[in-house]
Amino acid sequence: MEFFKKYPKTFQWLFLLVVFFALCFAIEVPETYKFIRGQAEFVKDPNQSSYVFLGKEVRYYAFDVFWRLPPLLGWLPIWINDSLFFLMNEWMPIEVWNEDTQEFKSRPLVLQISRNITAFMTFLIQLIREVLLGGLETIVAFSSWDWIDKNPWAELPGLPWTIVAAGATLLAYKLSGKGLALFAGLTMVYISIFGQWKPSMQTLSFILVAAPLSFIFGLGLGIAAFKSKRVEKALYPILLVMQTMPQYAVLVPALVLFGVGDHAAVIITMVVAVPPMILLTILGLRAVPPEVIEAGRMSGCNNFQLMFKVLIPTARRDILIGVNQVIMVCFSMAVISAFIGAKGLGFNLLLALNQLNIGLALEAGLCISLIAILLDKMSLAWANKQEDYFGNLTFFQRNKNLLFFAATVVIGLILAYVGTFLFKGTFNYLFEIPHNKGISTADFWNKGVDWIFETFFVYIKAFNTWLIQEVLQPMRALYLRMPAIATIVLVVGAGYLIGGVRSALVVCALTLFIAFSPWWDRALVTAYMATFGVIVSCIIGFTVGTLCFQNKQSAKFMLGVCDIFQTFPSFVYLIPVMMLFGITDTSVLIAVIVYATIPATRYTIEGLRSVPAGLHDAATMSGVNKFQRLTKIEFPLAFPHMMLGINQTIVFALFMVIIGAFIGTEDLGQYILKALSDKKGAGIGLTLGICVAFIALIFDNLIRAYVQKRKKHLGID
Amino acid sequence: MSEPVIKCENVYKIFGANAEKMLKDSNGNVDAKTFQENGCIVGVNNASFEVSKGEMLVVMGLSGSGKSTLLRCISRLTDATGGKIFIEGQDLLQLNNKDLIDLRRNKMGMVFQSFALLPHKTVVENIAFPLQIKGVKTEDSISKAMDMVKLVGLDGRENYFPRELSGGQQQRVGIARSLAVEPDIWFLDEPFSALDPLIRKEMQDEFLRLQEKLQKTIMFITHDFDEALKLADRIAIMKDGIIEQLDTPANIVLNPATEYVRKFTEEVPREKVLLIADVMDKTKDNLSDLKVSKDEIIENVAEKILTQEKSVAVVDNNNNIIGSINPAKIINTVFGGRKNNN
Repeated sequence: MEFFKKYPKTFQWLFLLVVFFALCFAIEVPETYKFIRGQAEFVKDPNQSSYVFLGKEVRYYAFDVFWRLPPLLGWLPIWINDSLFFLMNEWMPIEVWNEDTQEFKSRPLVLQISRNITAFMTFLIQLIREVLLGGLETIVAFSSWDWIDKNPWAELPGLPWTIVAAGATLLAYKLSGKGLALFAGLTMVYISIFGQWKPSMQTLSFILVAAPLSFIFGLGLGIAAFKSKRVEKALYPILLVMQTMPQYAVLVPALVLFGVGDHAAVIITMVVAVPPMILLTILGLRAVPPEVIEAGRMSGCNNFQLMFKVLIPTARRDILIGVNQVIMVCFSMAVISAFIGAKGLGFNLLLALNQLNIGLALEAGLCISLIAILLDKMSLAWANKQEDYFGNLTFFQRNKNLLFFAATVVIGLILAYVGTFLFKGTFNYLFEIPHNKGISTADFWNKGVDWIFETFFVYIKAFNTWLIQEVLQPMRALYLRMPAIATIVLVVGAGYLIGGVRSALVVCALTLFIAFSPWWDRALVTAYMATFGVIVSCIIGFTVGTLCFQNKQSAKFMLGVCDIFQTFPSFVYLIPVMMLFGITDTSVLIAVIVYATIPATRYTIEGLRSVPAGLHDAATMSGVNKFQRLTKIEFPLAFPHMMLGINQTIVFALFMVIIGAFIGTEDLGQYILKALSDKKGAGIGLTLGICVAFIALIFDNLIRAYVQKRKKHLGID
Repeated sequence: MSEPVIKCENVYKIFGANAEKMLKDSNGNVDAKTFQENGCIVGVNNASFEVSKGEMLVVMGLSGSGKSTLLRCISRLTDATGGKIFIEGQDLLQLNNKDLIDLRRNKMGMVFQSFALLPHKTVVENIAFPLQIKGVKTEDSISKAMDMVKLVGLDGRENYFPRELSGGQQQRVGIARSLAVEPDIWFLDEPFSALDPLIRKEMQDEFLRLQEKLQKTIMFITHDFDEALKLADRIAIMKDGIIEQLDTPANIVLNPATEYVRKFTEEVPREKVLLIADVMDKTKDNLSDLKVSKDEIIENVAEKILTQEKSVAVVDNNNNIIGSINPAKIINTVFGGRKNNN
């Protein structure tokens, strides 16, 4: 009794667990229950029950409500679908002038708007693409097909790769210096020589449109939210859901609204990339010290100057992290949006993965990653660039980069011209090395994979079987064995114990949404995969982070590694694991673990670093040894920050689990993938996305509530 | 007498939701306690004073006394809840945004306790910032900023970033920036409080040197009474938003108006504050050959006077004898009269 009085929380948690297990054992598994009996699929089965709501018929397998809740939200995806269809095809017809047929045509407003946006995006992408690769659609946009037929000279030939490579190198040099220039040059040469030029430039043109647009929108909305509380309140819930929504899920509605192609990819990318940009903009602007703002005002800034010359530059650090995120998301989406017809490296990567041509996939993945790192470093260097007012420079010195570029243009053109003679009858390698005509290491990698498979097959297979049979299957079964009511009690109880009534209510609402959706079973499978991934990631991340923290150099090195790994598009992680483990759950889980370990490691190091130096010294003077210092001082104080790392780990893990559906897992992701090829998939895709987002938000809510409490308790804020 | 540069009439600043209504209802009789019970916090309570051209008014008070709030009302970084503020005859509270910006761009400069430098700009860019905001060409603003860099003695460091400078150096940049537009009115909000004592003393001397040269109209905020005594032409002592006393340093030391002010003056070494003129007698007879200026601080001439047996002549700026001071009086001021004077 004494014990319970001393630790009331422990008692409460024990009580919660007892209730949970009691419920689990009290509620039998119904005999008719089989995993995932197509609750959402519209198979007509006489055993199904059905109800009609808002004119939509929902069919489902009825179970005891304690075991599985009926899908009361089953109408939602259908309803979303129909609404979208109505919006696109019937709502608010307006008269539109048709240039080709020279007459007015009636078209729904939303469709017209989406057409206009589409046209605008396509134009931007084409413009950059044709500068890099050649083409005539931009010229046509300003003239007409007839004109181009009469003036064939106007067809853009595109820049020879030598010029683009030299341009990138010079730009890198101007922005940062020799190191980055070398990296830029090598990257470009690599891309060209390995025959990835065309897809790379297609991807680049897509990024060069998507990233700046996302940046501008994110910054703009961030500023608006900073200035007006009302805007912020309106934006915040959307941002939260968007941040945790898997990128897949956005694809489907965008497909309906904007169709297939690069432009749709840009729009989706913006939808995904803008929220983190907004959040980081607000965060940065908030952190500007009030005296700096006053100093700006006293210098006579008007509102505009105050924002763009004082606030934003002072908040630069956070805004730059936002830019980094935008670029990261853009490259990630460059691959994912290949599902809806974006051209470029992503398409090649997916194709190669589909054909299990690991070598090709590896090459494409490497190209994407290299370009991602390059753009990331360049944008950073650009933001940190300083002007020199005092150097007494000659005309040549001031414009040397421009002059050099002009020179390379001339040399590049001459080389390309010479190339036409050198490579008669074959491809002009000095102009553009065609796809798959460059050097390829694909065979090498494929042979390597085969070798690994042949040599280690027994071991890999044994490990695989062991993991699946001994760990994953039982864990999955356990998750599925949980009655819905028991799960809800557990989650809501945890919410109450950690964050009070408010937290409990929020968590309850989120859980009920998933429980009432037709995909509860799938959500459980998603949760099980994510849980497994998160636990392993955290163990690895904490260990690696703690070990690296022991030494300043290694900590810095590890953070750098995290930075680079974070820049890789998420799909790239699938390549090496598929090399080793083929198409199994194990592959996905290992990809999840690798991907999710990044934030776990990063936050561990940052958390440990944030422990004040004074405490360090105080502890040392109290005579603690290294281990005691770690367990008694550093861990407790760094824990809140490390918990935020767990938060990120969960989001990362969920993303990867969903992406893992691509190589065949049975979770929510698989349905999202299915929805992509479904005519009526938009509603399903969106609802599924929300389900995944809500899983993440449940944990997010619990962890944040805990961290806040803990921070208050420790007096660090 | 010419128009005062800064003139405040019954200025109030009250924070809280119903501040304006409550102020109206109170008829200018603001009681901090009743306001606080209604969720309002009184920042400045009925402040009225004038600052004339070339004068340095030091506002002294402990933290939370409302001194910074008062300064922010006068620079209109926050809007006063009630009362009137005139800057060179212009009603500050009636200015529209554009005129206010013009006023700040041309007439006002401000130095901040935490320096408030822009972290992404170098020393020279920081100093040139107000000029560039005003629309001065880059070249001109940079060359002007370089003059300022020299004025505050930071030559050679113009391309450093704020984070690469020490606190004292950073505040020099802050001072240079506030002076770049050549303002008439100079606001300093605890400029030296974040510096360590040695640097602080050095900066105070530097500041006095600058003021000697520039003759700005200054409002200087500090929580350090010694600093106030050292720098001020006049001192305003604030407590709970109310100006308890506004007078010359000597008068504050000699005749504290309230118990609160007296507490501050108790430990003050008088010879460092009082001028000869403050303690001299009117008699002009029986003088020694030595003459001292009436504007000397006692400490500086005490030794000389004490070597004399007779009273010493006190002269004004034109070398006319206006009174005398005898050694006994000096001894009395330095060692004795502390308690019985009050």
